[in-house]
Amino acid sequence: MSETVAFERTPSVADVATHYCPGCQHGVAHRIVAEYLDGQGLAGNTLMVTSIGCSVLLYNYLLFDAVEAPHGRAPATATGLKRTNPDKVVFTYQGDGDLASIGMAEIMHAANRGERITVVFVNNTVYGMTGGQMAPTTLVGQKTTTCPDGRCASREGQPFHMAEIMAGLPGVAYSARVALNSLKNIVQAKKAVRHAFEAQLEDRGMGFVELLATCPTNWKMTPVQANERVENELIPCFPLGVFKDLKTSGAC
Amino acid sequence: MEGGRIFVKGSEAVAMGALDAGLKGYFGYPITPQNEIPEYMSKHLPEAGGAFVQAESEVASINMVLGAAAAGKRAMTSSSGPGISLMQECISNMAGGEVPCVIVNMMRGGPGVGDINTAQGDYFQSTRGGGHGDYRTPCLAPATCQEAYDMTREAFDWAFKYRTPVLVVGDAILGQMKEPLIRRAPRPDDPDEASGWRLGQTSGPNRRILRSLHLAEGKLAEVNLRLQEKYRDMRAQARAEEFLVDDAELVVVAFGSTGRIVKSAVRKLRAKGLKVGLLRPITLFPFPEQVLRDLAYSGKRFLTIEHNMGQMVEDVRLAVRGLSDSDFFGALPGNLPTPDEFQAAIERACAGASL
Repeated sequence: MSETVAFERTPSVADVATHYCPGCQHGVAHRIVAEYLDGQGLAGNTLMVTSIGCSVLLYNYLLFDAVEAPHGRAPATATGLKRTNPDKVVFTYQGDGDLASIGMAEIMHAANRGERITVVFVNNTVYGMTGGQMAPTTLVGQKTTTCPDGRCASREGQPFHMAEIMAGLPGVAYSARVALNSLKNIVQAKKAVRHAFEAQLEDRGMGFVELLATCPTNWKMTPVQANERVENELIPCFPLGVFKDLKTSGAC
Repeated sequence: MEGGRIFVKGSEAVAMGALDAGLKGYFGYPITPQNEIPEYMSKHLPEAGGAFVQAESEVASINMVLGAAAAGKRAMTSSSGPGISLMQECISNMAGGEVPCVIVNMMRGGPGVGDINTAQGDYFQSTRGGGHGDYRTPCLAPATCQEAYDMTREAFDWAFKYRTPVLVVGDAILGQMKEPLIRRAPRPDDPDEASGWRLGQTSGPNRRILRSLHLAEGKLAEVNLRLQEKYRDMRAQARAEEFLVDDAELVVVAFGSTGRIVKSAVRKLRAKGLKVGLLRPITLFPFPEQVLRDLAYSGKRFLTIEHNMGQMVEDVRLAVRGLSDSDFFGALPGNLPTPDEFQAAIERACAGASL
């Protein structure tokens, strides 16, 4: 019986095993980004800025030239990279601690300036690499190692809704939130990643995409339970959708 | 532009030196006393085809420099003490990732916010790395507007030769002082300058990665050994100005603006018959220790004068250890020192009195 290959590795994803935990969706997010850039023939023209956290080793899995920014600073590094290399496609790949906590100033200002970059924001509501501490996106009531009784709104505040915040900034041309917990949502995620790059490629402004993802290890769940949590807890708090899609730029 | 004498502030001379060195990206945040640098850049760098961004903070500034420099562009930022402190995370990162850039520090009084008056209290920060980890930054210390221009230009050559962040350290006196300057012809761009390592030429399995994280067993040790080797190689480039030291019994060691003020004091004391000279370190790292050691061998005594509470004096003592020692006189941060103040200190040292 002959075999038909139905699904191939996209060339910009390295043929190596990743260090991610079972059930982690960084691999899915990596694949979506690489597949889009390969599909557009942009692999040789893309520069990525990696950040700190579980995805710090992104450059081991995505075969684009890369510079590693210190914790939270990727949007500033991407600004310098893009401003001096406007012909390149530049993207950052950041987790919730990196982007919404220590790097909040850098993302807000890069967005407000309308930097022609694409920001891939992976939100799994917890600090993964450092062992499961509270993130700026941790849900109220969610237990982490630094809010062991559950996040309390009056003590630790409420989760930041980054895709909505970004949509409110004039320099952002596209902002959407998608999830990686089901095939249907992954199809939507692919579309959002494409639009987030198109905002840059068409010189309209920053493209921002928030990907709701799992962290089974720090959520202390099986991968299947983690996917269910995304559906039952994350999406009700972080609604999916396109919050902004500007078709023109505000260039001076 | 070439050849004519112009009258400019030290900070403007820095900006001109960077532009003529082929600057392609300037990223900075306003802080006194160096605002003339971003102000100059905001107009002249875009006109020259480069990128200027006023960043939201010093943290963002230096990370923008990292981005531009990662693609092999000549990039810089400038600030003063409190801002340089904020940049240290990324300076450490760039030293580790071997990404070249130039950082200008027009020093003001500290610690903390301090004041906006002149001082030299950032010597340790400039020469010891400043951020976390085992690294050093080459550090050039101009004393005149012409040197501010020449050394900023030269700093880019150091940066690219050694693939490292390089500091140019002046102070409020130099930054705000106006003097004649002669600019030289702009350096022609060299398209191959960074072709061996810059991003933007590859993808696929041979992609390039500029990073400072090394988790593989033994890898970080390898990186640190290579960095130390670079710092050793730099020693041959150490420089100092020697002024009337040959027959001097007491050599005063002072850098930057202080070196210049001491020079006036030395001239006055020579007129009074005192055998004093000046050694002005021009590279603070690498420190010109062999020059000092040679002077110590020939029996000189030393007095280190700084506009701080005593920092470079430690390097002087290390350089002459086993042969001699150095007295120390420090002008208080924030006060503007005068030649008379230094003259009195030098006279006391010559007489062997306590300072």
